[in-house]
Amino acid sequence: MSTRLQKGGRLIDRTKPLSFSFNGKRMRGFAGDTLASALLGQDQMMVGRSFKYHRPRGVIASGAEEPNGLVGLGQGGRFEPNQRLTTTELFEGAETASQNHWPSLEFDVGAINDRFARFLPGGFYYKTFMFPRFAWKHVFEPVIRQSAGLGRVPQNRDEDRYEYAYAFADLVIVGGGIAGLAAALAAGRQGKRVWLIEQSAHWGGRAVVDAVQIEGTEASDWVKDAVEAIEGMENVTLRTRTMASGLYDHGYLLMYERIADHTPGDGRPRHRLWRMRAGHVITATGAIERPLSFAGNDIPGVMLASAVRDYVVNWAVSPGDRTVIVTNNDDAYRTALALLDAGLVVPAIIDARPEAKGPLPEAARARGLRVVEGHGIAKVKGSKRVTGVSLCVQAGEGAELETISCDAVAMSGGWSPVVHLWSHCGGKLIWDEAQAMFRPDAKRPATGADGAAMVTAIGSANGILNAHEVLADAHSAAGGKGAAPGAVCGEDAPMMPVWIMPQGAGPALRMKMWLDPQNDVKVSDVQLAAREGYESVEHTKRYTTLGMATDQGKISNINGLAVLSDALNRGIPETGTTTFRPPYTPISMGAIAGEARGEIFQPLRKTPMHGWHETHGAHWEPVGQWRRAYCYLRHGEGVHDAVNREIRNTRNAVGLLDASTLGKIIVKGPDAGRFLDMLYTNMMSTLPVGKCRYGLMCSENGFLSDDGVVVRLTEDSWLCHTTTGGAERIHGWMEDWLQCEWWDWKVYTANVTEEYAQVAIAGPNARKLLEKLGGMDVSREAFPAMEWREGTLGGFRARIYRISFSGELSYEVAVPASEGRAFWDALLAAGEEFGVMPYGTEAMHIMRAEKGFIMIGDETDGTVIPQDLNLGWAISKKKPDYLGKRAQERSFMASPDRWKLVGLETLDGGVIPDGAYAVAEGVNANGQRNTQGRVTSTYFSPTLGKGIAMGLVRHGPDRMGEVLDFPVDDGKVVKARIVDPVFYDKEGEKQNV
Amino acid sequence: MLTLECPCCGVKAEETELQAGGEAHLKRYGPGSSDEEFDGYMFSRKNPRGVHFERWRHAYGCGKWFLAARCTATLEVFGTYPAQSKEPPAELQAKIKAKRPGWEGWK
Repeated sequence: MSTRLQKGGRLIDRTKPLSFSFNGKRMRGFAGDTLASALLGQDQMMVGRSFKYHRPRGVIASGAEEPNGLVGLGQGGRFEPNQRLTTTELFEGAETASQNHWPSLEFDVGAINDRFARFLPGGFYYKTFMFPRFAWKHVFEPVIRQSAGLGRVPQNRDEDRYEYAYAFADLVIVGGGIAGLAAALAAGRQGKRVWLIEQSAHWGGRAVVDAVQIEGTEASDWVKDAVEAIEGMENVTLRTRTMASGLYDHGYLLMYERIADHTPGDGRPRHRLWRMRAGHVITATGAIERPLSFAGNDIPGVMLASAVRDYVVNWAVSPGDRTVIVTNNDDAYRTALALLDAGLVVPAIIDARPEAKGPLPEAARARGLRVVEGHGIAKVKGSKRVTGVSLCVQAGEGAELETISCDAVAMSGGWSPVVHLWSHCGGKLIWDEAQAMFRPDAKRPATGADGAAMVTAIGSANGILNAHEVLADAHSAAGGKGAAPGAVCGEDAPMMPVWIMPQGAGPALRMKMWLDPQNDVKVSDVQLAAREGYESVEHTKRYTTLGMATDQGKISNINGLAVLSDALNRGIPETGTTTFRPPYTPISMGAIAGEARGEIFQPLRKTPMHGWHETHGAHWEPVGQWRRAYCYLRHGEGVHDAVNREIRNTRNAVGLLDASTLGKIIVKGPDAGRFLDMLYTNMMSTLPVGKCRYGLMCSENGFLSDDGVVVRLTEDSWLCHTTTGGAERIHGWMEDWLQCEWWDWKVYTANVTEEYAQVAIAGPNARKLLEKLGGMDVSREAFPAMEWREGTLGGFRARIYRISFSGELSYEVAVPASEGRAFWDALLAAGEEFGVMPYGTEAMHIMRAEKGFIMIGDETDGTVIPQDLNLGWAISKKKPDYLGKRAQERSFMASPDRWKLVGLETLDGGVIPDGAYAVAEGVNANGQRNTQGRVTSTYFSPTLGKGIAMGLVRHGPDRMGEVLDFPVDDGKVVKARIVDPVFYDKEGEKQNV
Repeated sequence: MLTLECPCCGVKAEETELQAGGEAHLKRYGPGSSDEEFDGYMFSRKNPRGVHFERWRHAYGCGKWFLAARCTATLEVFGTYPAQSKEPPAELQAKIKAKRPGWEGWK
């Protein structure tokens, strides 16, 4: 059983016990523990179940590479699934729960899958969930949804806060082991702005565990001195608990700082996402130990040799009284010696190499350890924990020669440099035959804006495993002056690649050799994929799900592609690796969102009258980043009733619309008229000063893009109104043409949308209201339609446009934004006797539809030209050119078969659903019913007391009176007659009174 | 996440401040052009693996459009220059030629 040792543990503080729970059971650990060390210290070997077969799972590793130890952590607003035991620091009161089992961790019904494992081979999903087609909806999808996903989704709102931070540095060193520290010392002394970051809470990496001697002192002392020296440098910033998540173009580095994961609820932000721009990045990210593939290597108690050493030395946790070591290299012997030092038993060191004669094996022998050369593990005994192993000859087929009873197995298959950051931006790898690893190819690094390398890999991340050489590499890569710090460490004998143990294992053993223990991918699955024709490592990954778990294959990838290469009878470098993509380890969604949540998720644009709307029942509608009142609800009233009331009042008395959001762009200069003639389809240069004209803008591809009223202010200046959502886009469009195509034209543009508050005053009593305010002559004779006047209205500096989008007598009044609210209040006060009432955007929409006016985004969708909407009158025949003109000359744009705008009136007076299609005879090539038109706008008109709609119909204007069929839900068909789109006041008398 | 120096205001801007505008140095074909010419202008865009000339706008900065020469494969930036340029500056072309001997020219 795994226990806490009486002595030792460099990271734990035995004077500070902490209590926590696992699946409701109270447990104890110490300050400095990780959840993994605390659980192992309490003999909690089994911590979860695997994804596919629900097999028992224990902790394998001691760091970010851990595939099994995932728990739901916390409660309520602080619950988060899939938290890694090995990288989560223990805190008082931590509540943890294992995942992927029902009803309990010990007894799991899903484990039945394990019995049927041979019916669930690699590619099971692809092979099974294909036919029959109907089964998808009713069988496969519910089954997949039920079993998919690891952990429970949080149900509460996140109680923590998160933030972004920005930083710049000449050099960022990622990794706080001895390589990173040596590089920081060297670079810091040169005065560079340096950041040194470390993902864990501790400096020193592996060297301190292995008690390397550096510059005549213990590594831990050297590390302490180095950190102190670096802290004394003002130009160097140190951060622990900060993980470099991804490296992107031009030195953009995302760094994830876990500020308060270990002190939840202390008021600090939980995570901080650093958006770093680095001049250069040094990766000192170390290396990760690989497992060995032998039968039963997934049973709880089988761990990486380096992890066993970490648990013993760092946290004084013994994985068991008797630990068998199995290895293909010398490094695992350090684990054997560490176990001996802690007073534990190592029954045997099983070394797959024919000979183990290096200094470390000799040291082990000298201490009386049994070293079995040329052998491997045939099988691990046990189910929920290891009870023993049987030995076999590595070169053979797995005949069991001897059984050794033990509680744990420490395995080492060699080391893989952590090359993720190196690779994120295109850095290439080479295969190192001697060490059986992919390492950074210094000749082919990721390059930056200047074309030079932007990343350098050092130390173990560069494939250098010897501490002395690591320090020399780090020192020189950072441009260090003088001699590098020297280390004394033993010389390791060469390792021997071992991808399957034993080499000649048959199918029965291969089916129990796990490559990816979280996703349950075994040697046999990868070999099956190869037999079925999968050659690309990327395809094999997706087919078998190898390396697709939350650990992203940190320990399984190299073993998997070695097995694939072997099955395909080709070299490992020819197979290559899968692509390394950010993030290195998962980062929280909260950190990605940062402060952007709740009310500040998106900035809100408010008109000067926004406050009034807010206190008068506004039912909001988002329009771009604006909020506009859809309607104003009165006490107890529904939305539909409010809209109808507002329309009736506008048609019978007078209504007010806050039109401040309309885009307003001033175009000025000697060439402004010429410029607007190119931008609009109609002629704007001939518009007389004092007048307004409705204009259309098209894209260069001929499609209608925006519309609005253009106002000639002076001889050389125009004011262009755009749609609410179009202001910034159209202003950008103007600038694009002025800066990039007609840069010699003398034109200046200014987006003055927010400078003015604008109110539409519409209805039969509109004139009376303005006359009461007084100060300007708004009579029919003095101020005809489609003209504008400037003056003082009721004491406000005002510009009035006599334009109408409602079909009523209408004035749009613009006042300075700062006076908007006062003007609005004045209109309401003065208008009381005339029945004034504000109306919202829906009333505006319905009233324009009653008049047959088009709306950009309803009648247009990027495939509609003005001619489709019977707006040919707004297209100049005289102009030689305008944006979109050439495109509209294409044959299919002039085709008589294009769908054209008509009105639609249902036979029963109801409302047709928006977007409904009118069907025609016959079916198309896909067997779908042919169509001949569609609904673009549809409303209930309170003015007419029935449903009205606009739509685009083939040959529509020539088919007045015809009835079309619109199939809707449930097999019903709505019948509608083609009519004139102007439903109300066809002669336009009301707006011209 | 690219950084490009705006030739108008001199700011080294990062991609979130910029708006991409596609291929640079297009010749506009309007009324009177053939279908082939218009098609080429409207729809045919270069998409090289290597040296490319692009339009960018310093949208959340000075608001000006400018042109950039960069390598789409390595993301190396050779230089930026004003949008009001009929062709890439000669010294920029020489610089690209020196760095990419096989480069076939900007047209």
